[in-house]
Amino acid sequence: MDAYGWYVYSAYGCMMIFLVSQWLIPWRRLQQLREKNHEQDS
Amino acid sequence: MWSLINHLVSPRKFYSLSSKIHPWLTVLFLLVFSYGVIGGLLLAPADYLQGDGFRIIYVHAPAAFLSLFIFTIMAGAAICGLVFQLKQAFLVIKHSASLGAGFTLLALITGSLWGKPMWGTFWIWDARLSSELILFFIYLGVLLLQSALSQKRMAEKTIAIFILIGFVDIPIIHYSVYWWNTLHQGDTLKLFSPSAIDSSMLYPLLAMIAAFLLYYALILFMRMRYELLTTNHHWLRN
Repeated sequence: MDAYGWYVYSAYGCMMIFLVSQWLIPWRRLQQLREKNHEQDS
Repeated sequence: MWSLINHLVSPRKFYSLSSKIHPWLTVLFLLVFSYGVIGGLLLAPADYLQGDGFRIIYVHAPAAFLSLFIFTIMAGAAICGLVFQLKQAFLVIKHSASLGAGFTLLALITGSLWGKPMWGTFWIWDARLSSELILFFIYLGVLLLQSALSQKRMAEKTIAIFILIGFVDIPIIHYSVYWWNTLHQGDTLKLFSPSAIDSSMLYPLLAMIAAFLLYYALILFMRMRYELLTTNHHWLRN
C-alpha cells in the first residue's frame, strides 16, 4: 500500500464505523421490541 | 389504477413485504460488499499515476453517489407526500435524512483523505467540494426541522417544501465540474458513454455502489418497520 496506506485504511475505517453503527442502532431497537412483545405474549 | 397503487404502498403490504425480503437483502448486501471491498483493496491494480491512493475511490465515489441519490429519493417522496398525501412518503423522508447526512459526511471525509496526498491539502473551496458541503448543511437543516417542529402535519409539509427548495443543489453538485474550473476530477462513470476506467477497476466500483444502495434499502426498511411497530402501529390494523 506504499505511502498512501494511512489515508486508504482511514477511509475504509470511517466507512466501516459508519455502516456498522447505522446498522446496529435500528437492529438493536427492533430486537428489543421483539423481545418485549414476546414477553407480553407469553 | 389508483387503488392498485394505494394497495401496493399501504403500510401493511410494505411491512409484510419488507419483512420477507430483509434476509435476502442482507445476504445479497454482504456478498456484494465483500466483493467490493476485496476488489477495491486487493484485486484492482494500482493506478499508474496515483498508486494505491486511488483505492479511496471505492468508498468516496459510492458515498458521494448515495448522498445525491438519497436526496433525490427524498425529493420524490416530498412530491408524493404533498401531492398524493401518501403517509409512507413522509416516513421515507424522516428515516432517509440521517442516512443521507451520514453518506454526505463520509464522502466529505474520504474526499479530504484522498485530497491530502493528491492535491496536498485536506480542503479547498472548490465548486464540487463546496456544493457537497452545502448539501450536508441542507441535510442538517432537515434533521433540525424534524426535531424542532412539534406539530406533525405542519412539520411534514414544511420539511417537504424545504427539501424541494434544497433540491436545486443536486444539479449544481453534478454539473459543478463542467460549469467551473475545479480541482476535482470529472465523472469517472458515464451513463451514456464508455467509462474512462478499466474494467478491472470498474467492477469493484460498481459492486460498492450496488452494496451501498442495498445498505440504504436495508436500513431504511428496518427503521420504517420499527416506526410502524411503535408509533404508527394503528396503520398495520385492518
